[in-house]
Amino acid sequence: MTTAIAEDSVAVVRRVPLSRGYRFELVKLVAQWRIRLLVLACWIAPALFVAGVSRQSTLPSDTLFGRWMHATGWAGPLVMLGFAGTWALPLLTSVVAGDVFAAEDRLGTWRHLLVAVRSPRRIFVAKSLASLTVILLLVAGLVCSSVLGGLASVGNQPLVGLDGHLLTPGDAAGRVLLAWLCALAPTLALAAIGLLGSVALGRSPMGLLLPPLVALGMQVAQMLPLPVAVRLALPGYAFISWNGLFTSPAQLGPLLIGVAVSLVWAVVATALAYLLFLRRDFTNLAYDGAGRRALTLGLLPLAALTAVTVAVVAVATPSMGSGIKQDKVQRSVATAFAHLYRLQTRQLHRPAVTEAKLRTTAACTKSDGQGAQEGAGNDWRCVVTWHLPDVAVAGTAVYQLDVASDGRFVADGDGPKEVNGYFLVRTPTGDAPNPLWQFDGNVELLDTTSKG
Amino acid sequence: MDALLAVRARGITKCFGEVVALDGVDLDVTQGQIHGLVGPNGAGKTTLLGLLLGLAVADGGRLEILGTPVERALAVSDGVAGFVDGPGLYPSLTARQNLAALARLRGHDARSAGIDEVLDQVGLTDVADDKARGFSLGMRQRLGLAAALLTKPRLLVLDEPSNGLDPSGKRHVHRVLTRLAADGTSVVVSSHRMDDLEALCSEVTILATGRVVFSGPLNKLASENRELDYRVRTSDPRAARRLADDTDGIRVVEDTGMRQDAEVLVVRAMVPALDELVAHLVRSGVAVRELAPVVSPLEAAFLALTERQEDGR
Repeated sequence: MTTAIAEDSVAVVRRVPLSRGYRFELVKLVAQWRIRLLVLACWIAPALFVAGVSRQSTLPSDTLFGRWMHATGWAGPLVMLGFAGTWALPLLTSVVAGDVFAAEDRLGTWRHLLVAVRSPRRIFVAKSLASLTVILLLVAGLVCSSVLGGLASVGNQPLVGLDGHLLTPGDAAGRVLLAWLCALAPTLALAAIGLLGSVALGRSPMGLLLPPLVALGMQVAQMLPLPVAVRLALPGYAFISWNGLFTSPAQLGPLLIGVAVSLVWAVVATALAYLLFLRRDFTNLAYDGAGRRALTLGLLPLAALTAVTVAVVAVATPSMGSGIKQDKVQRSVATAFAHLYRLQTRQLHRPAVTEAKLRTTAACTKSDGQGAQEGAGNDWRCVVTWHLPDVAVAGTAVYQLDVASDGRFVADGDGPKEVNGYFLVRTPTGDAPNPLWQFDGNVELLDTTSKG
Repeated sequence: MDALLAVRARGITKCFGEVVALDGVDLDVTQGQIHGLVGPNGAGKTTLLGLLLGLAVADGGRLEILGTPVERALAVSDGVAGFVDGPGLYPSLTARQNLAALARLRGHDARSAGIDEVLDQVGLTDVADDKARGFSLGMRQRLGLAAALLTKPRLLVLDEPSNGLDPSGKRHVHRVLTRLAADGTSVVVSSHRMDDLEALCSEVTILATGRVVFSGPLNKLASENRELDYRVRTSDPRAARRLADDTDGIRVVEDTGMRQDAEVLVVRAMVPALDELVAHLVRSGVAVRELAPVVSPLEAAFLALTERQEDGR
């Protein structure tokens, strides 16, 4: 006769606490040379980049705030944010979150990990939190490094906003940090998509590629003439809508919608990854991705989420058009011109004048007034008119506008030469960049901000 | 007689879709015993080891591990450790860091968890601070064993632990497993290396297509099994051959398929007939210098099993 072991008659089954699992995952992540390299790069490269570019004679004026990098240290972090939203953050989330589950498949360590931790739920949470920590560390590096680089090389000067108004250094600092904070939302959405890809696609490199591919897809979508509701319903819109923080008043509507959509995507994609992970059969040695389940539990729910978000945004905001209307373009150009005119006045040591006294207006037409007077395009032409106190004749200046589908525009001065026709102005202390020659601005796509 | 069981499995079945991996498997592993698991590829060994580690739960039957019924996945007790399908190691960590991370995961202080001791036991002290990335398969196996030892298991489950081991590594592993068994730890080990299993195991279970075809002590395999070929080296090969021809139940094998050696006679016999031959040789003044099975009883059983399986196709 045989009997089972009676010693410790109730066997102890201890699941590893989440804190220990988290630490274990963090150790594994940080031990990887590529993660160390990324951390190092994120904490050093932005400072070098911002400092280097700020000292060059040619500035990256095609990038938002790039043309102000000589003027203030706060432009550098915003240039870096523009670059990060396009390239760096999708790639960083891909390398960290997009590989955190797939790495165990590659190394063949799932069984080891499960026997050690005894809870797939805790493994998932620990891995997600560890990825989040590393991503936050990388983003913090990008922010701190670019801010330090900018302040050290150019200094703590006021920043010219997207509507031409001057932000004090303190205000600029707050808004720069807030802009980066807002960009965290789409970063989290991409990280969650990375987790989903990593769980669903196993060791396939497609899992790693998913965040950059989704980010690329969203960027392409933002370049297309889509209705505003669709634009806002995409999780990457917050990478663009932080621009609204740099106008007065701030364009908070698109920003808040973009952040909310990104966070919903982050939560839904993480939940889908969690469900897929819990349904995985870890005893199957031939596992190579969730196959059809990835479609039903991964892709289809996200497609449904996009459809629902578009519908909700469309109902909540009257935004099925391009959002770029003639009156909004005129208002944006006039506002920016008035603010920048004051800046130029100060440069030239002329008597100060307020925006109210300038009574600036802009008359803008698209395609010489042919066709619909709305939408993106480089065929917008604006004639700006302003008044000076004690001067009977109104001044006029012409701008050619290149308006992008996302509402950003570049206004290129077309004369007169003394106002906006030449890139330099002659000041008592020498030649200086002419703020009215070319400037960036943006048209708020939603009709939410008070007209100012 | 009572014997304490670390594993008691009755009628275990496990299917993956339409594939029946285990079909009514019974298994008893006594406390302090090293139990071998043998079978051709696809016999269900790894699935069974996975069940013992709690990675999956059986579809049918009853499994008790360390006295507790296992009714859901990942519900085996802390006293169970081991690995299936290779040890789980992180190449970017050193051997010591791999073990320290595991110790901390288990809530132990990495400094007092006995990392140096287990590294010494498996003979990896010299490479303790080297990254696992550069480890050979044998070193990885030993580090995997060290990781399992760190948890001071009462049931150790090892899948092919001798893969890639050099003679020195094999000696380390054998020594560790034997010592563990002597201290009361039960070890279930699967391997295709019959020499390892014969050197280590007191009992074996042979699986074929998900079913147990033999389970019991190794020596029972020889007695239960069919005739085996034995190498007999004597002081007088001619006399030995004559005596072999004259002994009932003994057949001299002419075509051995091995290198010819004039002093060696290969005979096919069951154990009683072989005993009689040895007695005849000794009585006739022929010295027996070597007597050993050409293939071990376990290997013979395994080969017979494999051949039967191939014949059945």
